[in-house]
Amino acid sequence: MGLVSTNVAEWGGAKSAARARQILTLRGVTLSFGGVTAISDIDLDVAEGEIRAIIGPNGAGKSSLINVISGVYRPDRGTIAIGDTVFADVPGSRVARLGIARTYQNLALFKGLTVLENVETGRAATVSSTFIEQVIGIGRARREEADTRARSEAVIDALHLTSVRDRLVGTLPYGVQKRVELARALVSEPRLLLLDEPMAGMTAGEKQEMAGFVLAARDRFNASIVLIEHDIGVVMGLSDRIAVLDYGRKIADGTPDAVRADQRVIDAYLGVAHDDDIIEESNA
Amino acid sequence: MTTASIPLPRPASAIGRVPTWPLPLAVIVFAYAGIPLFASDYLYDAILAPFLALSLAAVGLNILTGYAGQVSLGSAAFMAVGAYAAYNFNLRVEGLPLLASIVFAGLIASAVGVVFGLPSLRLKGFYLAVSTLAAQFFVQWTLTKFSWFSNYNPSGVIDAPALNVFGYVFEGPHGRYLFSLSVVVALTVFAARLVKTQTGRNFIAVRDNETAARISGVPVLHTKLLAFAISSFIIGVAGVLWAFAYLRTVEPHGFNLDRSFQILFIIIIGGLATIRGAFFGAALIVVLPLVLSRAGTFLFGSYFDSGVLDMSQRILVGALIIVFLIAEPDGLAALGNRIARRLRLKSPTN
Repeated sequence: MGLVSTNVAEWGGAKSAARARQILTLRGVTLSFGGVTAISDIDLDVAEGEIRAIIGPNGAGKSSLINVISGVYRPDRGTIAIGDTVFADVPGSRVARLGIARTYQNLALFKGLTVLENVETGRAATVSSTFIEQVIGIGRARREEADTRARSEAVIDALHLTSVRDRLVGTLPYGVQKRVELARALVSEPRLLLLDEPMAGMTAGEKQEMAGFVLAARDRFNASIVLIEHDIGVVMGLSDRIAVLDYGRKIADGTPDAVRADQRVIDAYLGVAHDDDIIEESNA
Repeated sequence: MTTASIPLPRPASAIGRVPTWPLPLAVIVFAYAGIPLFASDYLYDAILAPFLALSLAAVGLNILTGYAGQVSLGSAAFMAVGAYAAYNFNLRVEGLPLLASIVFAGLIASAVGVVFGLPSLRLKGFYLAVSTLAAQFFVQWTLTKFSWFSNYNPSGVIDAPALNVFGYVFEGPHGRYLFSLSVVVALTVFAARLVKTQTGRNFIAVRDNETAARISGVPVLHTKLLAFAISSFIIGVAGVLWAFAYLRTVEPHGFNLDRSFQILFIIIIGGLATIRGAFFGAALIVVLPLVLSRAGTFLFGSYFDSGVLDMSQRILVGALIIVFLIAEPDGLAALGNRIARRLRLKSPTN
């Protein structure tokens, strides 16, 4: 895999050296479900301030990878380092405190809560007051509630959700619900944001808007991002580096240009047409 | 999933919010000042006393089942724990004020609730419901088997103590009503506040999507057990009201599985995850047999005896549950909202 090293070097040269700290390091991560291997021996690095795309055909193991990183699934082998802390399996109940937040391929919102309340729940890990303090509304409970409210309102504003702030999320269109999920993730101010197909099922206009929000998540909210997305145009435009999965294995890793030119990627994912056609198509 | 077809709302939705407190406040004022103007002893003792106790139990169960999504068939057991604990605290601890006995009784019910809530950490839905049946049978068996709980009274039925609060004794139908009402108002205000806090949001988050809740940082296990604890506390106190202010005796058979189902039906008919639904549902369940009995006697005369009444009541409640689950899963509370909205749309000012 000469590709990996050259491209990391390229990337590191493009950005300031200070930002190149690793925020996520996967080594040899393998996950199988009853004999069916979902992901196999995956290495993946995410540097601070990076937008890191993972692409691949359906069933390639992209979502499984995100589920392993966020502690939903427990890998069979391998290690996951978040910052400097190394895990054999990431504890799901602690990921929020570790500075990880995520969205889901198929929405996982709290349907009985309004947009505002959903976003506020993203701050649950920061709450230390007891329910009695919260009911009476004194001291730190009051401060926490005010803080949660202010931060949630700010994120809702930033993601243009103000007009639906008090609506139950279940009554909102799909694209808007996707945005609420992003808001719920962002409000925790994560170091690492995992986005599992944030633009699936969206119109071109909605995709463009969402791409803007993903960039804002990095630039304004200082999150490093792992992005799963099928729209190659979006991925090429947004990402700093792209890892390509096929049948649970990583078959390529590098800058968008390098990945696009990789013959194995073209065979596995982009299509079997001639190289030049593909490049023109995705530029269009 | 038809949500995708619903258009984006007007931005005005956030502006047109009305404060939610005046209506409940008006109801409380009416309950204290209005009802005593016309209420008879019959209304107090036969309708309002069980209504208040069942409403409170339903508020408690709604926190657990409606908000936190953990189905329980053990409500009557927690009522029994509350009633017996209050009786024994009052009996055995010299000079303990009645209110303290009630609070301690709530805490005991809470502890028992947490113990029987432990299976919720592993079980969901139907399986959890079945495991809470254990509470129902175990508690009833314990209270019957060990006569220490009923102070070795041969019949197992014991008289409730007087409702003495700081020297003032709540006596007679009206007095007992005021006592019950005050306890119900205090705990209902507590519950209504609770569900609006982060803890309340955590309840709903755990109910709606446990995995997403955990990953978002909601302490799922803690939240579930807290729901059992708070719910059982309130249900335990409701049990005290049932025994001390309504029946004025304490006996285990009033707290059987039928009662647990009754409370579950109240929150289904009234509306899951609403505070006011508990009161709507309880009103329906308490008033229904009385209306049915009057109507039955009027229509069928002496053929409509107590056996027929009992049966027709069961059939009607069963039918109501089915109708509500199909036509209005959010219960009477949602039905009320819908009617209010219709009326507002028709009025020319809006």
